[in-house]
Amino acid sequence: MKVLVPVKRVVDFNVKIRVKADGTGVDLSNVKMSMNPFDEIAVEEAIRLKEAGKAEEVVVVSIGPAQAQETLRTALAMGADRAILIKVEDMVEPLAVAKLLKAVADAEGPRLVVLGKQAIDDDANQTGQMLSALLGWSQATFASAVALEGDKARVTREVDGGLQVIEVALPAIVTADLRLNEPRYASLPNIMKAKKKPLEEKTPADYGVNVDARLKVLKTEEPGTRKAGVKVASVAELLDKLKNEAGVLQF
Amino acid sequence: MAILLFAEHDNAALSDQTARTLTAARRIGGEIDILVAGKGAAAVAQAASAFQGVRKILLAEADALEHRLAEPAAALIVSLAGDYDTVIAPATTTGKNVLPRVAALLDVMQVSEIVEVVSADTFKRPIYAGNAIQTVQATDGKKVITVRTSGFEAAQAEGGSAPVETIGATADPRLSGFVENRLSESERPELASARIIVSGGRALGSEERFRQVILPVADKLGAAVGASRAAVDAGYAPNDWQVGQTGKVVAPELYVACGISGAIQHLAGMKDSKVIVAINKDEDAPIFQVADYGLVADIFDALPELERAL
Ligand SMILES: Cc1cc2nc3c(=O)[nH]c(=O)nc-3n(C[C@H](O)[C@H](O)[C@H](O)COP(=O)(O)OP(=O)(O)OC[C@H]3O[C@@H](n4cnc5c(N)ncnc54)[C@H](O)[C@@H]3O)c2cc1C
Repeated sequence: MKVLVPVKRVVDFNVKIRVKADGTGVDLSNVKMSMNPFDEIAVEEAIRLKEAGKAEEVVVVSIGPAQAQETLRTALAMGADRAILIKVEDMVEPLAVAKLLKAVADAEGPRLVVLGKQAIDDDANQTGQMLSALLGWSQATFASAVALEGDKARVTREVDGGLQVIEVALPAIVTADLRLNEPRYASLPNIMKAKKKPLEEKTPADYGVNVDARLKVLKTEEPGTRKAGVKVASVAELLDKLKNEAGVLQF
Repeated sequence: MAILLFAEHDNAALSDQTARTLTAARRIGGEIDILVAGKGAAAVAQAASAFQGVRKILLAEADALEHRLAEPAAALIVSLAGDYDTVIAPATTTGKNVLPRVAALLDVMQVSEIVEVVSADTFKRPIYAGNAIQTVQATDGKKVITVRTSGFEAAQAEGGSAPVETIGATADPRLSGFVENRLSESERPELASARIIVSGGRALGSEERFRQVILPVADKLGAAVGASRAAVDAGYAPNDWQVGQTGKVVAPELYVACGISGAIQHLAGMKDSKVIVAINKDEDAPIFQVADYGLVADIFDALPELERAL
């Protein structure tokens, strides 16, 4: 069985981003970029399936600028076998990403696609579900446990009220939540080996997919900031403030 | 112009999130129909019919819709979508699961987690864990939208009498099946709509201490209980208590963060709270930068003292 894992290059989760003063977007110059943390979890899950003898090959794919090669090399160093980079200049929306991934899935024939549940830049949480729709496959989103059993997968999902267990027919789409696993760090020898693993470059045109944006971004602005608060010296003072100043506690 | 609102419910009761999403739908404007998809959910449809300004309630009941799994729920919505310009749902785990599937089947780019309606096709939504707010205009013929409900107050379910129309479900694509729910049972208010939330972080150190120290304060205040990712990952609290970029986004009147450092991913879930209290023994903890009232103290002293004083 082949497993496909899409990975996205995003601003590192530790970076506090800055909005450009002219409202045209977020300043990404000289900012540390990394693999989307949820995608790392997805890569880890696929590699574990391979290590458990349940998958033969792990193919990673990224849609992004030339530098997304580094993201793919990271996934290869973790243990993926082969990489595909679909080069684009501008940001591509989830719907177009899903269309490109559908084309890749049609060409590669995976039984399972594991994605991160959301990217921490646009926070859209759409791509996996959209890909599943376009392929006409089953979908198991927000997964915290995945067990393959024959031509089915039993997936535990993190839902608003707790956990939900569902069974999906393969081929399937799984999107990873935070607690699916803890991704490994690539060892130095594996980072060296990853440099020799195959990385193929493509363009959206190779797949005949139009990636024009459907949403027009009119403005990007800073969120409202909170007024600086005060420190209180004791529990008693805190309660007094909450009752008499903020008015959020009665009694 | 008509809007189809995909209701959030548990087959027994209509969720407050539906009422909040209705407020967003009213701001978009046009006739609003509410779709209740479920099984044995007639009471939910009845409850929804009490909203004012709703044209009708569509009730679709089938085994496959009982848990609103993505494939049958999306197929149902797509079969109805021809009559609507906008499909809207709260950004609950169900809404987030189902609506992108609908959007792709309709070849529409979804607008996720709007916090403000600027006009019928233009919306504000947070990106980068809420560190930037984007204003986007949707150019597709139809609009598919999820709503961050903390940004909208709940519409009152009273005074209306929208007719309930029973509709047939579409065939179950049989791609996935429900096995079981392991839901946290709790008498406490729900996080998403609570007036007060008391949250605990990694500092709690164990599940036992989380229960001993956080829960009594929450119960005295009639509050919902939240947690940081670190506390959930360590097993001190269940996953559905997680507040943050990738957990629940809340905006209560009072949020009390106990032993939580204030990472951007946590702030993303609570910084729109009306009043924020932080209790942390590190006076430089970033949480104090968003707190209205900060108490530099050990939570194991301060919280029992607070509980006794309430
Ligand atoms: C992709 C991604 C998504 C994430 N999503 C979320 C999310 O949705 N929600 C979320 O919360 N996090 C999320 N995180 C994690 C986030 O980055 C932080 O790691 C997490 O919020 C830290 O939790 P904490 O504040 O409990 O722990 P810590 O950062 O370890 O802070 C513990 C705090 O407790 C204080 N403390 C310790 N002992 C005491 C004591 N006795 N009395 C008083 N104070 C004490 C310390 O001073 C410290 O400030 C995410 C991270 C990533 C990468």
